[in-house]
Amino acid sequence: MTTDTTGTEPRVLGVPEMGLVLLIGVSGSGKSTFAAQHFLPTQVVSSDDCRARVSDDPDDQSASADAFALLHTMVDIRLRRGLLTVVDATNVQRHARGELVRIAKANNLLTTAIVLDVPEALARERNEERPDRDFGPHVIHRQRRDLRSSIKRLDKEGIRKVHVLRGPEEIERARIGLERPWPDKRELTGPFDVIGDVHGCRSELETLLERLGYALTRDTDGRAVGARHPEGRTAVFVGDLVDRGPDSPGALRLAMNMVDDGDALCVPGNHENKLVRVLKGRTARLTHGLDRTVEQLEKETPEFRDRVLSFCDGLVSHLVLDDGKLVIAHAGLKEDYHLRASGRVRSFALYGDTTGESDEYGLPVRLPWARDYRGRAAVVYGHTVVPHAEWLNNTLCIDTGCVFGGELTALRWPEKETVAVPAEQTWFEPVRPAVPEPASDGPPPAVIDMHDLGIDSGRGLHVETPDGAVRADEGSTLAAFEAMSRFAVDPRWLLYLPPTMAPAPSAASPTLLEHPAEAFSAFRGSGVEQVVCQEKHMGSRAVAVLCRDAAAAERRFVPGELGTVYTRTGRPFFADPDVGREIVDRLRAAVTGAGLWELLGTDWIALDGEMLPWSAKAHGLIRDQYASVGAAARASLPAARDALAAAAARGAGVDGLQGAVERRIDQMEGFSRVYRRYTWDTDGAAGLRYAPFMVLASEGREYSDADHLWHMAMAEKLAEAGDMVHPTRYRTVDTTDPQDCDNAAAWWTDLVAAGGEGAVVKPVVGARARGRKGLTQPGLKVRGPEYLRIIYGADYTDPERLAVLKERRNPGRKNGMAMREHKLGLEALARHARGEPLWRVHQPVFATLALESEPVDPRL
Amino acid sequence: MLLTITTTQTPSAPASDLGFLLHKHPDRAQRFEQSFGTAHVFYPEAGDERCTAALLLEVDPQALLRTRTSVSTPDFALAQYVNDRPYATSSLFTAALGRVMRTALRGRCEQRPELARTPLPLELHLPAVPCRPGPERARALFEPLGWTVRAEPVPLDPGLPGWGDSHYLSLTLTGTLRLSEALNHLYVLLPAMDGGRKHYWVDETEVDKLLRAGGVAEAAGEEPEEPAEEPGWLATHPERSWITRRFLDRRQRYVRTALGRLQEAESVLPAEAEDDPAVEERAPDLAEQRIGAVLSVLRSEQADSVVDLGCGSGALLTHLVREPALRRITGADVSTGALARVRESRAELLVGSVVHRDPRFRGHDAAVLMEVIEHLDPSRLPAMEEVVFGDAAPRVAVVTTPNAEYNTHYEGLAEGAFRHSDHRFEWTRAEFGAWSDRVARTHGYTVRRLPVGPDHRDTGAPTQLAVFTRHDPEEGAGS
Repeated sequence: MTTDTTGTEPRVLGVPEMGLVLLIGVSGSGKSTFAAQHFLPTQVVSSDDCRARVSDDPDDQSASADAFALLHTMVDIRLRRGLLTVVDATNVQRHARGELVRIAKANNLLTTAIVLDVPEALARERNEERPDRDFGPHVIHRQRRDLRSSIKRLDKEGIRKVHVLRGPEEIERARIGLERPWPDKRELTGPFDVIGDVHGCRSELETLLERLGYALTRDTDGRAVGARHPEGRTAVFVGDLVDRGPDSPGALRLAMNMVDDGDALCVPGNHENKLVRVLKGRTARLTHGLDRTVEQLEKETPEFRDRVLSFCDGLVSHLVLDDGKLVIAHAGLKEDYHLRASGRVRSFALYGDTTGESDEYGLPVRLPWARDYRGRAAVVYGHTVVPHAEWLNNTLCIDTGCVFGGELTALRWPEKETVAVPAEQTWFEPVRPAVPEPASDGPPPAVIDMHDLGIDSGRGLHVETPDGAVRADEGSTLAAFEAMSRFAVDPRWLLYLPPTMAPAPSAASPTLLEHPAEAFSAFRGSGVEQVVCQEKHMGSRAVAVLCRDAAAAERRFVPGELGTVYTRTGRPFFADPDVGREIVDRLRAAVTGAGLWELLGTDWIALDGEMLPWSAKAHGLIRDQYASVGAAARASLPAARDALAAAAARGAGVDGLQGAVERRIDQMEGFSRVYRRYTWDTDGAAGLRYAPFMVLASEGREYSDADHLWHMAMAEKLAEAGDMVHPTRYRTVDTTDPQDCDNAAAWWTDLVAAGGEGAVVKPVVGARARGRKGLTQPGLKVRGPEYLRIIYGADYTDPERLAVLKERRNPGRKNGMAMREHKLGLEALARHARGEPLWRVHQPVFATLALESEPVDPRL
Repeated sequence: MLLTITTTQTPSAPASDLGFLLHKHPDRAQRFEQSFGTAHVFYPEAGDERCTAALLLEVDPQALLRTRTSVSTPDFALAQYVNDRPYATSSLFTAALGRVMRTALRGRCEQRPELARTPLPLELHLPAVPCRPGPERARALFEPLGWTVRAEPVPLDPGLPGWGDSHYLSLTLTGTLRLSEALNHLYVLLPAMDGGRKHYWVDETEVDKLLRAGGVAEAAGEEPEEPAEEPGWLATHPERSWITRRFLDRRQRYVRTALGRLQEAESVLPAEAEDDPAVEERAPDLAEQRIGAVLSVLRSEQADSVVDLGCGSGALLTHLVREPALRRITGADVSTGALARVRESRAELLVGSVVHRDPRFRGHDAAVLMEVIEHLDPSRLPAMEEVVFGDAAPRVAVVTTPNAEYNTHYEGLAEGAFRHSDHRFEWTRAEFGAWSDRVARTHGYTVRRLPVGPDHRDTGAPTQLAVFTRHDPEEGAGS
């Protein structure tokens, strides 16, 4: 309790900027005036206001129960959101304060009380000036009696800090000093080297610091008393510097000095916590290696022991660093607890999320908080010995059990690289095996939580992207959920689903539906001058994820496979896994032959392309849908022609019909030529060709920002190196040069006349191309007139049909869908490249599939 | 699409009298506008000795889209735009036939009433009749009616050698029948061969259409041309069940109504030995035995709550809700369509999948995966194991799956083939044993396996069932 009755200087009242403030004072003590002077109107929650909101009368005492229900709800919501909240109510009674303090505690925030203690006469006088306050003087008197009896006990009620302002002068002089939460070190941006549990392994710590590039300083006895990085990096200790190991005082000395010198930060571990109890003279069982520390410290000076006590006692439960992107806590910390302060938060940070039960080794059973972690801040922690530091949902445990003969591990941030040095020996025999027993055939499988797909939300799925949020509605997410569950490959392979592609606007030419000129002008209109025209292969879209070796597959994807090829809806491309493996092997050989592993510095690569021939995947479709139509037409049209001719010969013909049937026969022949062209015999993997047109990603990066000439160069390298890789013809076009556009159109005309499906026109700069209105379509397809017979029907070229088709062609919906899926595709690649957790990568992938289930004219 | 009807001279009339029967003059081509295009009737040949009438239907694909009345299936597939309807004898054709030749179908002819009642030498030709069951089926349909049948498969595509024949037949029927009979045969049997694919929504009126054309009933409000002294050709047709089912697009309720009325019509005939193939596939009682086995496991394990993972449309839930010991019953399935068909209000339903972690699965005493795992790709099984045994972790889990060894007892199931097209694998007893042992070991369960169905000496039972029971945590501490 702080009071100050002298002086005229402003008096600064410390108030946590994240927390609850209770204004306490009798009616007429000036709480509302004080609140308005020192806080934002939105920060103040007033009982009078709540009373008015539930009864239209701020003095209607009968509405108090509802008014306080509203007040408590508002306070709870604001505190959950981490907002400073000031309660303007008399708060003179203990039970009224108790509920508010409970709400603050439930939100793991501190409560500050500011008591406005004015003389009863003044309060009464002020109330009399207000005609709306008609309660008698006995009310004030009672309130004041309650207040007086409370003041002395406030700090026993769970209120962290109490400021008492006596009299109007003191109230006048008061100023509010907002205090940041202790863990809030967001302004420190490092770079950092986060160091795992040292446990007295002083020598390994020195080795690790040197490996990280720190220069050690030593005292005359040769003891390490400091370490500084020439590039100004900061070490961060995750706690448990002490116990079990050979030199806890040495480790403490080095760490404490580094912290004092500004070269390191430190959070407490459970072992420091227990050491503090011992050093304070309280009783504690000297187990888990604490006995060694106590023994070692006895050889040190009392001054050193005092310094250790004040160091360990002063450590803040956790730290939030680097603009909120990095959180350090000894045993990890769930997102709700970041920047918060309470016994519960401290206990979580020190011991983790324990059930209170013990396992068969007598050690606490820990709940898998990291599995459910969904925060954007990376949480780096120690405490639990793991065989290797592995990211899980943006959390990383770096306690690799040095003291048990494992390694001492550091994480370089923001590089996200780990650096480890081996233990010099096993300093302490573990109670429990450091490596979990080999319970299964490998690490636990990656499983997506249905909650992360919005399945139980009733609202579908929102995916945030830099170009705006993309929403898949509930119906489409449920459809995608069924498809994904029943048919898709392991989600770890699915780093991307190809977005659907928008068609070029309707051709101006009266005999064509699509023509490159409209694609060029569309891009020119949106501010994209340089485009590339790529031959469009008629096959089946296929994403190939290929690993150089088993280690890459195990580290980044799925153990036991060297790659996969999946369709545009995420299904395995090949029904026969042996064929899939053979294709993966042949494509891997092409990557090796093309030298792309070295060129891209990676041990895995993901490609987007087209698998040929169309008939390999679409055999049934060609038979049932296309060739059957051709067969029926070939059987019935000539018969109709002959019958019409015979009728015409005897003068009873049908006007005009004969010519129409003749024309139909020609059109059907053109129709059949289309699907025959994309059909050839394959036997398993034999006869298959793959035409890649984009390198999607490799280790640590994605290539949506690479220009298409680079992608084409990579495809050419692959085609040269692998006999199953099919090259793609392309040319660049300056959309502002009419001659260049005409030449490219002529190129397209030749391409489709020779049986090509058509071309795709893309901005040269790549998939992230931006125009005047932001992100542009990544490509526009321009399909040839013959090919379109299998899309619109053999007879679509009849002038009257073509006119109707153009009139009704409405690509707006398709374009919108293509753009939304494009944003999701870019987001999926970006998240994967950033090494984000599986569920984060899966969200945009899943949303793409969901959008695909929405109805759109399939001919576009 | 084209139909030609050819007749030759008879002692009583010249061939060109066909024009009177059809009510279409042989020297004039006529057009009839339909909602989906234009039907033309013309005569390639019209002599005294031989006369051929042609019905040609020109389909307007745009109009076809407009006539689509089935709102329940908003089909956005490309098939809507590229299909065989303009060329093959589909329901569009029989609809046109019914309208353009309505009077002839009824067997009426005011100018030549005798001729309408007289069997004529006829040859009917259709160049592209969709008939997936093949030419044998066409013969089986038309020959009992007195036709000589020539049914030749149409090659799929001369440009795709090795792809074989299409599912179309070039169909020529010759016989001496009344013209009205001939047309009614086409009206019923063409859609049946096509499997009931209709361009319009099939409702109850379809039953009347069928029975009228089958000679079983008269159209309401019309005086019968002649007293119904015969039961009608369809009632006595040996394939009437097949025809009825296919004509009615396999809509069970209509099929039952129609077959019931056929039986009534037939009852005027001397009783015959009935050899009626089942309308519905007789459900093998294996499904019932499987449900019985699951229920008895749940009873003996004294489960008090259960989640049926992959409950489908509720085959098991129906039985679970009658178990008094179960205070809580949950059904989960990935298919919202299947869940919508569940009728059990006592069961709580979830859209959920066994390969996605789902906190709603937790807290159940028992979980059942009845005939579910074989619908997962083997590569997805580890995810299912984690979700069910690792995360939901019920005290008891019951898993059933086919026993591949038993498949040799199924006639018509090719060696190595699966019982269902969506099965990704079917395990032998050894494979299921190894899998279930490993899962139990990994997740702290004990497992026992039981046969379901007739337990054959060499192959075991058709279904294999595994019961997983979780180790008690305290018991497990000592292990």
